[in-house]
Amino acid sequence: MKLRETSSFLAGLIFGLGLAIAQMTNPAKVLGFLDIAGAWDASLLLVLGGAVGVAVVAFHRILLRPHPLFADRFDLPAKKNIDARLVIGAAIFGVGWGVGGYCPGPAIASLASPSWETWVFLPAMFLGSALQKITFARKSTIRRAQASTPG
Amino acid sequence: MMTEFTPYSALSGGVLIGIAAALLLWFNGRIAGVSNIAGSVLNATRGELLWRLLFLAGLVAGAGAYYFIGGSSPVGRDNFPGWLLGLAGLLVGYGTSLGGGCTSGHGVCGLGRRSLRSVVATLVFLATGIAATFVVRHMAGVI
Repeated sequence: MKLRETSSFLAGLIFGLGLAIAQMTNPAKVLGFLDIAGAWDASLLLVLGGAVGVAVVAFHRILLRPHPLFADRFDLPAKKNIDARLVIGAAIFGVGWGVGGYCPGPAIASLASPSWETWVFLPAMFLGSALQKITFARKSTIRRAQASTPG
Repeated sequence: MMTEFTPYSALSGGVLIGIAAALLLWFNGRIAGVSNIAGSVLNATRGELLWRLLFLAGLVAGAGAYYFIGGSSPVGRDNFPGWLLGLAGLLVGYGTSLGGGCTSGHGVCGLGRRSLRSVVATLVFLATGIAATFVVRHMAGVI
């Protein structure tokens, strides 16, 4: 096994440990933050603040390097513009997050100690993701076909 | 269900998440966005699959390690409607795939890269998340 693969396991391990320590694997904790009309629990703000604080400093230094340690290049998102997909997608995700209290990281980490919620939420999440990919792949195929039609 | 403000565990967990994201970028040049890593498992090309699966396995193992050494693990909510949780899962999967990221990809890594797209996405999902929680808890009465 190459270092590229082993190191991604290590990153995942620390990520999962952080999620569990911060109690972000507990949907009640997440909803306690989103429920500003209830007994507000600001913990998630510190989780995000801590993570972003480290990321801002570390990413800046890392991206000054010519390439990553175990890969040829940095693989970063190329899109720069704010489009409808971004806004509508984020809005739909937020609704699901606010209803259930799970975002993708904690949903997958919940496999470490699964309850009935894990077996309902995870398959539904993968189905939703697959549905989006299938519908949009079909749309772009149609668009390509139309574009290549002469006349 | 009410939860208490836990500043120390929140901040230390958050710092670990930031370190994990930095390691993945430093070692592999990749963004630690869980929805992208997981969503692309289903249609990953050769050479793209293993690192993704191992990252996700690490995610589970990391949480498991914490529970193993005695950290409290969440229990399922008995009175939460199953259909509503299924609907939430569908929306999270569809929305993160359409919007190109979730709390980790846009929230942690995107803000870490100071990407404008991620700032917008994070503000949007925080706003609709707060609105949805309000509707479910205070208007529909589901706790």
